[in-house]
Amino acid sequence: MSNKISKTAKLVFEDGTQFLGKSFGADKSVSGEIVFATGMVGYPEALTDPSFRGQILIFTYPLIGNYGVPKKELWESAEIQVAGLIVCNYIDTPSHHAMKMTLGEWLKKEKIPALQIKDTRALAQKLRSGSSNLGKILLSNKNIKFEDPNLRNLVKEISTKKFLSYGQKEKTGEKTIILIDCGMKQNIIRRLVARNLKVVVVPWDTDVTKLKIAFSALVISNGPGNPTIVKITIKNVKKIITKQIPILGICLGNQILALACGGTTYKLPFGHRSQNQPVVERGTNKCYLTTQNHGFAVKKIPNRFKEWFYNANDNTNEGIIHKNLPIMSVQFHPEASPGPTDTDWIFDYFLKKAGIKIKK
Amino acid sequence: MKNKFQKILILGSGALKIGEAGEFDYSGSQAIKALKEENVKVILINPNIATFQTSKSLADEVYFLPINDYFVEKIIAKEKPNGIMLSFGGQTALNCGLALEKKGILEKYNVKILGSPILSIELTENREKFAEHLRNIGIPVPPSGSATNLKEAKIIALKIGYPLMIRADFALGGQKSGVAKNKKELEKIVKGALTISPQVLIEKYLHHFKEIEYEVVRDKFDNTVTICNMENFDPLGIHTGDSIVVAPSQTLNNEEYHNLREASIKIVQSLKIVGECNVQFALNPSPSPSGKGDEELKYFVIEVNARLSRSSALASKATGYPLAYVAAKLALGQSLLQIENKITKVTQSFFEPALDYIVVKIPRWDLVKFVGAVEKIGSAMKSVGEVMAIGRSFEEALQKAIRMQSGLIESVTDNDFENNKELKNFLNIPTPRRIFAIAESIRKGTSIKEIYKITGINPWFLYRIRNIVNIEKRFLKKKSLNKENLLNLKQIGFSDKKIGNLCEKTELEIRKRRIDLGITPFVFAIDTLAGEMPAKTNYLYLTYNGIHHDVSPIGKNAVVILGSGPYHIGSSVEFDWSCVHASLALKRHKKQSIIINCNPETVSTDYDMSNRLYFENLSFETIADIFAFEGAFGLIISVGGQRPNNLANQLSREGYNILGTKAVDIDKAEDRNKFSAFLDKLNILQPKWQSFTNMKKALKFTKAEGFPILVRPSYVLSGSAMRVCYSKKQLFNFVNKATVLSPKHPITISKYIENAKELEFDAVAQNGELMIYGISEHIENAGVHSGDATIVYPTQRVYASTEFQIREISRKITQELLVTGPINIQFLVKDNHPFVIEVNLRASRTFPLLSKAMDVNFPEIAVDSFMGKAKLRHVSYPKNVVVKSPQFSFSRLLGVDPVLRVEMSSTGEVACFGRDYDEALLKSIISTNKFRFDKKIVLLSLGGNLNKVKFLEAAKTLLGLGYKIFATDTTSEFLKSHKINCEILRKAYQEAPNVIDIIESKKVSFVVNLSKVENHERQRSTTDGFRIRRATIDNQIPLFTDLHLARAFIKALAHYNIKDLEIRSYREYLN
Repeated sequence: MSNKISKTAKLVFEDGTQFLGKSFGADKSVSGEIVFATGMVGYPEALTDPSFRGQILIFTYPLIGNYGVPKKELWESAEIQVAGLIVCNYIDTPSHHAMKMTLGEWLKKEKIPALQIKDTRALAQKLRSGSSNLGKILLSNKNIKFEDPNLRNLVKEISTKKFLSYGQKEKTGEKTIILIDCGMKQNIIRRLVARNLKVVVVPWDTDVTKLKIAFSALVISNGPGNPTIVKITIKNVKKIITKQIPILGICLGNQILALACGGTTYKLPFGHRSQNQPVVERGTNKCYLTTQNHGFAVKKIPNRFKEWFYNANDNTNEGIIHKNLPIMSVQFHPEASPGPTDTDWIFDYFLKKAGIKIKK
Repeated sequence: MKNKFQKILILGSGALKIGEAGEFDYSGSQAIKALKEENVKVILINPNIATFQTSKSLADEVYFLPINDYFVEKIIAKEKPNGIMLSFGGQTALNCGLALEKKGILEKYNVKILGSPILSIELTENREKFAEHLRNIGIPVPPSGSATNLKEAKIIALKIGYPLMIRADFALGGQKSGVAKNKKELEKIVKGALTISPQVLIEKYLHHFKEIEYEVVRDKFDNTVTICNMENFDPLGIHTGDSIVVAPSQTLNNEEYHNLREASIKIVQSLKIVGECNVQFALNPSPSPSGKGDEELKYFVIEVNARLSRSSALASKATGYPLAYVAAKLALGQSLLQIENKITKVTQSFFEPALDYIVVKIPRWDLVKFVGAVEKIGSAMKSVGEVMAIGRSFEEALQKAIRMQSGLIESVTDNDFENNKELKNFLNIPTPRRIFAIAESIRKGTSIKEIYKITGINPWFLYRIRNIVNIEKRFLKKKSLNKENLLNLKQIGFSDKKIGNLCEKTELEIRKRRIDLGITPFVFAIDTLAGEMPAKTNYLYLTYNGIHHDVSPIGKNAVVILGSGPYHIGSSVEFDWSCVHASLALKRHKKQSIIINCNPETVSTDYDMSNRLYFENLSFETIADIFAFEGAFGLIISVGGQRPNNLANQLSREGYNILGTKAVDIDKAEDRNKFSAFLDKLNILQPKWQSFTNMKKALKFTKAEGFPILVRPSYVLSGSAMRVCYSKKQLFNFVNKATVLSPKHPITISKYIENAKELEFDAVAQNGELMIYGISEHIENAGVHSGDATIVYPTQRVYASTEFQIREISRKITQELLVTGPINIQFLVKDNHPFVIEVNLRASRTFPLLSKAMDVNFPEIAVDSFMGKAKLRHVSYPKNVVVKSPQFSFSRLLGVDPVLRVEMSSTGEVACFGRDYDEALLKSIISTNKFRFDKKIVLLSLGGNLNKVKFLEAAKTLLGLGYKIFATDTTSEFLKSHKINCEILRKAYQEAPNVIDIIESKKVSFVVNLSKVENHERQRSTTDGFRIRRATIDNQIPLFTDLHLARAFIKALAHYNIKDLEIRSYREYLN
């Protein structure tokens, strides 16, 4: 391969298994939870998805880097979120009109280690059957400790520290949505703003009921890690529900809503991290293809809620909806990016139920 | 769910032709299986006897009849199906369905079209209306318009914007068309075009746009998924069937991928497709950043196929998703959620496969097989087959595909460009050799930017090819075969043979070195979900980009079957048929079958045809690697045609257990010298022949034996590998211009026996004893390649004593060669003396024909014989007659002379049953030709006195049948002198109305054009004969260039009218 990729390094699992690889990213060792994603496009979007915070991500698609990295405005957050990256073949000769730099350059700039390990399929197979998937990328002889990112409050780490405003310049009001940032993807904002809405992003621990801003609905974003860790958010959401404010939860937001309403969550044997997850709308013949990126799922559906969607492959919960209030959440990513745009209508449906008229 | 359709009619696609090949055997077979699971009675119409779908074990009733509205109506009236499926038989079935609908036949018999609504299909077939439909739903189509003068053209240009493609309407072959980048150029081209045509077509010129395809599936509940997207390596302008294609797309980012996906779903939902649909896009590789709609994608829809297609077959094999099977279930009204995913058994059919590998498809062309064919490729498809390779790097997949495609070229860096000028030509002009010109140009230092500018091939692909070139260059510096180097070369897709060529070592030396170093390929599975969940799958490939195997070896219970590789002239669906039946037969012997094949258009590469499928190359290296990994019991090399057969010696030498006839005995039949000596020893006649290294000795031979002679060079410069020469002059011409004659490259000359019959002997033997055999007869005389011949079973004009001799000779050969398994012997019969011209110790092209005609499965008996369990089979004399007719694709190949020669040029075949020879022949001929019984005008152009005399009787018959005869000069003189009334026509170069005008007026029902002798001189392309033949083909009029076939056809016409042709199913013929 290219001369730039020469340094030999390794990926070490908690059980001691090692895979040799060649480095093409930053010269830095890291530890984290090893996960894999099977999407065939969208590596810049995935790498900047805060839900991957603290994780060493393996792409099973064997050629990564093909179209370089686009301008920052198109990322899903301001920086690379993964702790490390593993690919089969890194492509250092991208070709695309929208590219600003190569993937390797980007990783080095953002100090993220990355390895080429030929048999990423073996890694995926190991991960899907393993009990613990902690691991580390080692680039020198100096060892570092294994670390479980799920024990940290990752949401706190990445949530915005201040209020951010997007969309219409006018003052807040009927067309204002509050977005609780638990590690949100930028495309949630883009999809709402595309509907001529004003979006105010607030930190993860904001008590929305005390806000002075006029708004008409709330979105709880996606985010990384175990939902039971964000106790403050759960507590805050409980309060919001009593106020009967329309709520849409996405991914981690689905789990937070479930927990806030008396449901339970659990860790999946192997998470859903792909762009081809089929979900069925309960009680219909309708099926949608979705992007998913989660290791936890809702187990017990809260009282007064019903299951909205379920996964056609493993029947796990993919969303809940309140029996009479405009409160709902989905486990998948209606905002896509990366992945299929099939469920963009969730936003329309929610806004309609919330009584907000929109113009696309 | 109870299905309300109890009986469904499926239309096949008929004979294989350019643009409609084996992919429809795959799709039809899967559809039948899907319907049978639902307890539906299936009626299939397909005259293609070599297909798997027409096997007795699949559909309930099979009709070997033409796929047109007349015959389909008759079958509907008889069978009374309540549903019909049109999307599994390509454009042939679709067109027939549209005709049935238009004529109200479906309504009359209350037959419902299942799957996509007919109105949508009609819409997609109408360019203008469809463009309007797409615009209405907000999907962009390339803007276009037509103008009759310059002023109008300028207005359109203003509206569309430059660059523009301008075409003269009604002009053949793109005359006076061109690209205008500005007003000045527009004026020039429009003026020129208007001189030859009353109207010009102006269209947005999508220069170097990417070509992207999506395969979409929708159920009646509007659930829609895209199974696969594919990207053409070649930019827009080269037919996707002639493009190198990769799956999934490589140069699209998330936004492009998913926006095009969304657009294709929108189109499919708007059309209310139920089943499969293919959408093709043109995507701008560099949308102007300054223009309006900065963030918008610039794309256009260029084509939509509302049916299974070649691309869907490729997508199916590339992803492991059984598209045709699912489409058939959806057509019954099922939901994507109901259909179990047969591959994974853990996911649903509502699913989009995630690939963890890359697929490269390369077309297979055979343009040298056609006289007068142009090598340049473009918007009209010319390829006759394709291969698909799977790897975990583009380089690995590409190099595999290149090896699969020809079986002779080892690497993208192999080429024989003579000089820089030639190299430049092949880089500039798109041809099958362009990929090699790219690699060579890179090696010689041409920049990627420059190559992109010339070819429009995305730099991403060019960089990958550069990587191959660079790694080869680096290796050549030291040629060190250390572990790192060798592994690196293997990961980039180099074969052992190529590595050996690079460092002056043999393939086997490299193989040994490699294995000693522990470098062997790993077996990976295609599971449609990139390893996300454990899935049961038997669909495998090899890669060096890995360190584990997905499966464990089967071991001693496994038998490896070698498939046929890409379809090409001379090797087609008939070998896949044998391969599949051999695979299925192994079950009876409690053996597990492993198929190796690399052709995505086949049934043999379906998920349920074998215990394991390796989508891999049929080379020694790959077969040996698979065999070694599996620890298999044996290898079957005799059911996949010549390609696997050629490996007999090498595989045997290395100790692989070849089942059946031993390699030494195969060699006796394959090696011309050994074979000749062998026949001499047995006192069996053969045409006299000799090899020569100089012309002097060759002339001595011709002096002794006389002309005509058949000349076979061992090294061919250009054109065909075989030729009949009638004179010294022709011999000199051929040898000097087209071949090399030297001590290293001898030519073989054999006596060409004129006016001889040709017969085929097909059999299966066990330990040298015949278990089953059949003899069939060519209708044309020897001299027409057996693949192009019309063949009848049982024989019609053969003396019992000849048949007796043939049987005895065959018995002797079979015994002497100790044959176990299939054997085919070709005989030439002159004056009741059989001469042996060829012995093939493998399943022949006629295997499916004879198996079906005799109702005995030859490949099954061959497998029995491998296991020592075959039993002698007696077949009673058939009650019916079967005639096989070749299908030609001349109409697809502009400028090619449609004439039959010693070299094969047909692309497919059909066969039909009849009460007698005449009926079977007639059905068979009208299955490959659009023949109208009611049009009673014929054109005769008979070269040579002998032809004229021999045709006289037939001409009288035509007159008696009420035909009006048009004839060219000498023919008409001759006919008139024999009191046969006819109208004389002027020659093609003379003033109108001449012979060509009559043909183009389409009044003629068929044309008989007989040439005096075989003539391959250059000027032939301008002769009257050529122009008559070409015009006949271009106007889709049946053409007869063989005396015997023409006479047989006319005789049959005298006995049967269309109404007299029986509508009987295969089963009815057998009982």
